[in-house]
Amino acid sequence: MCGIAGFSGPGVMPDLARPVLERMIHTLAHRGPDGYGFHAEPGVGLAHARLSIIDLATGDQPIHNERQTVWTVFNGEIFNYVELREALEAAGHRFYTRSDTEVIVHLYDRYGDRFVDHLNGQFAIALWDRERQRLVLARDRTGIRPLFHARSAGRIWFASEVKALHAVLPETATLSPLGLVQALTYWSIPDPDTVYERVRSLPPGCLLSVERDGRENLTRFWDWTFPRAEETSPARVYRDVDQAAADLRELLVDAVRLQLRADVPVGAYLSGGLDSSGIVALIRGFTDTPVRTFSVAFEDDEFDESVHQAAMVRHLGTDHTTLRCGRRDIGEAFPRLLRHVETPILRTAPAPLMLLAESVHRHGYKVVLTGEGADEVFGGYDLFKEAKVRRFWARQPHSKVRPLLLGRLYGYLNNSPVSKSGFAQSFFGQGMEHLGRPIFAHVPRWSMSMRAMAMLSPELRACVGPWDPLSAYEQTLPADIMDWSPLARDQYVEAKSLLAGYLLSAQGDRVSMAHSVEGRYPYLDHRLIEFASRLPPSFKVRGMTEKYLLRRALAGLLPADILRRTKQPYRAPDSQSFFFDGKPLDYVADLMSADRIRSAGYFDPTAVGHLFEKCRHGGATSFADNQAFVGVLSTMLVHHECAKWCSVVRDQPAGPDRYAYR
Amino acid sequence: MERRGQIKQFVLQNFLFSDNEAAIGDEDPLIRGGVVDSIGIHELIVFLERNFQISVSPEEMTPAIFDSIRSVDEFVTRKLAI
Repeated sequence: MCGIAGFSGPGVMPDLARPVLERMIHTLAHRGPDGYGFHAEPGVGLAHARLSIIDLATGDQPIHNERQTVWTVFNGEIFNYVELREALEAAGHRFYTRSDTEVIVHLYDRYGDRFVDHLNGQFAIALWDRERQRLVLARDRTGIRPLFHARSAGRIWFASEVKALHAVLPETATLSPLGLVQALTYWSIPDPDTVYERVRSLPPGCLLSVERDGRENLTRFWDWTFPRAEETSPARVYRDVDQAAADLRELLVDAVRLQLRADVPVGAYLSGGLDSSGIVALIRGFTDTPVRTFSVAFEDDEFDESVHQAAMVRHLGTDHTTLRCGRRDIGEAFPRLLRHVETPILRTAPAPLMLLAESVHRHGYKVVLTGEGADEVFGGYDLFKEAKVRRFWARQPHSKVRPLLLGRLYGYLNNSPVSKSGFAQSFFGQGMEHLGRPIFAHVPRWSMSMRAMAMLSPELRACVGPWDPLSAYEQTLPADIMDWSPLARDQYVEAKSLLAGYLLSAQGDRVSMAHSVEGRYPYLDHRLIEFASRLPPSFKVRGMTEKYLLRRALAGLLPADILRRTKQPYRAPDSQSFFFDGKPLDYVADLMSADRIRSAGYFDPTAVGHLFEKCRHGGATSFADNQAFVGVLSTMLVHHECAKWCSVVRDQPAGPDRYAYR
Repeated sequence: MERRGQIKQFVLQNFLFSDNEAAIGDEDPLIRGGVVDSIGIHELIVFLERNFQISVSPEEMTPAIFDSIRSVDEFVTRKLAI
């Protein structure tokens, strides 16, 4: 686990490349505090910041092949490197390290760009082929590890985080109006767009090659894909749900076993829910690895799950640490969070996880397994159930009973008069006209986050022009998506928008790597995803029970109440984290002031002023208001960072181009 | 300020974050128009109860009453007349 950076293009000179590589990689020191490595030759410069996890003695990067014609820097883990190495050695390949990285160059020698098909892991790879003078960038299947790139002066520049690009290409520190409205609507920006005008993100499961003549080729080597709906009837897939559960458990055990590979001790997050409890139970039940667990607890009961966490700790007997997190901790950590996240966000929930990673690091751990991904793979989200009810209701639109099923989904509505009378129809009936579209399930979420659109300045709106978020997103979807089952469509959109764009990045890689901690995601082993994708939808959401088959597969390993527990979404206090006794934190007062808002130019000072007052008085109780507030504040923090990069780079004695070019 | 004006100001500032009177008309749909969501209904009720010293019972909370600024105002008028 590490950070990588570099560039490639004609005329790159090794001795001049080194200071530029240093400037880039030094911005990523938090990702790899155990040392830097460099390789520069005509045409390419590669830099690496190392967090040692496998092969502590000889695993320094860059790593080359036997003939030293292929060089790589890599961030992540290849979990099946043991098996790959055995096969390669049997075929005559000779290795000079014990690292997982070295299999990459050997596989490339043997299979060319298809080397990625052999990898089971989470990775961002840059590989230089001297003989063909080409650069290859590759990113893991689900988007666990980040990889950004930019074009400037005929070269391609790449890095694990955008700040390494800002450090040498100040023109990349400019926000894109379209990127901003996408972030505020979808929670994340569909790859390859980013919130930065000139920066692209390599999409998950993709390989980008830049050839000798500068030509770029983007190939997708893997994607979430689902069978046609009629091929997923239980009769055609599994007659016996018990057999399916047994097969799933076997796969889960193997995924966990592979992901425990490390030459340092491994920890795990324990949220108190089914998914993370399942991972810890699998480690305890099927491996000899001692496991240390960590969790976040909130002062505020509304968000706290510590009762369930404590029950799991008692059941599993793990050595456990709880980090208690209050509103003020979140508010004060938020600017630092945005320096790591580098893109606008709509919730504060990543902040406690950054603080948790800090605690993990302090306890001497570099690796944690997490339960992230189970909801996407096995159908855990309320959004899936909500869409199921709304589709069911649409078949009898005049039914007064069907929409009431939605009341069961949202606990807060049960105690509310709004759940009675005709209100359920009024609220949940919105967006029904999109029934036949692949983004149907996501319309309520995206409509709600569009509350933030009211904050935009007229100038920014004019820049974006007419933009329909629903059709724009549909452009990014597979052509045959409407042949899949409705649940499969919802899973695909969720895997691309919320999982890859937010949960694995802002709430995943970026917050754990802020403190040199590597997250691992057994539920995102691609063999598990492919297995689950073939299952009948009723094996995932059965009636109103989510993750049905996963529960069956984990039965016997977990206490009954955890096994039966309905999913509680992980959330943290939002706008309340920034105001105390009606007073904002100092930086919040400054960044949200009318002058600052006006001079940044993205938002309308009057609208922000009203929202600010509503939050200050504690009147912002809806998700929509809270998301709008967090969206505006986080955008202002990202803007503030951009301004700093522009002035830092301007103040350097010589611009990067003078180092890099002749 | 007259009552309808106060309700309109509340809707403008709390749901539309605007000072522009033209941003919403008295007859414009609040729920179907996406101006007020389920939590917003609660915010609106708390506002009415505090400002006009009325008490809204669960039976009275129907979509028809919260259809527009005008229907909300008419509801308050009826409550105050009792």
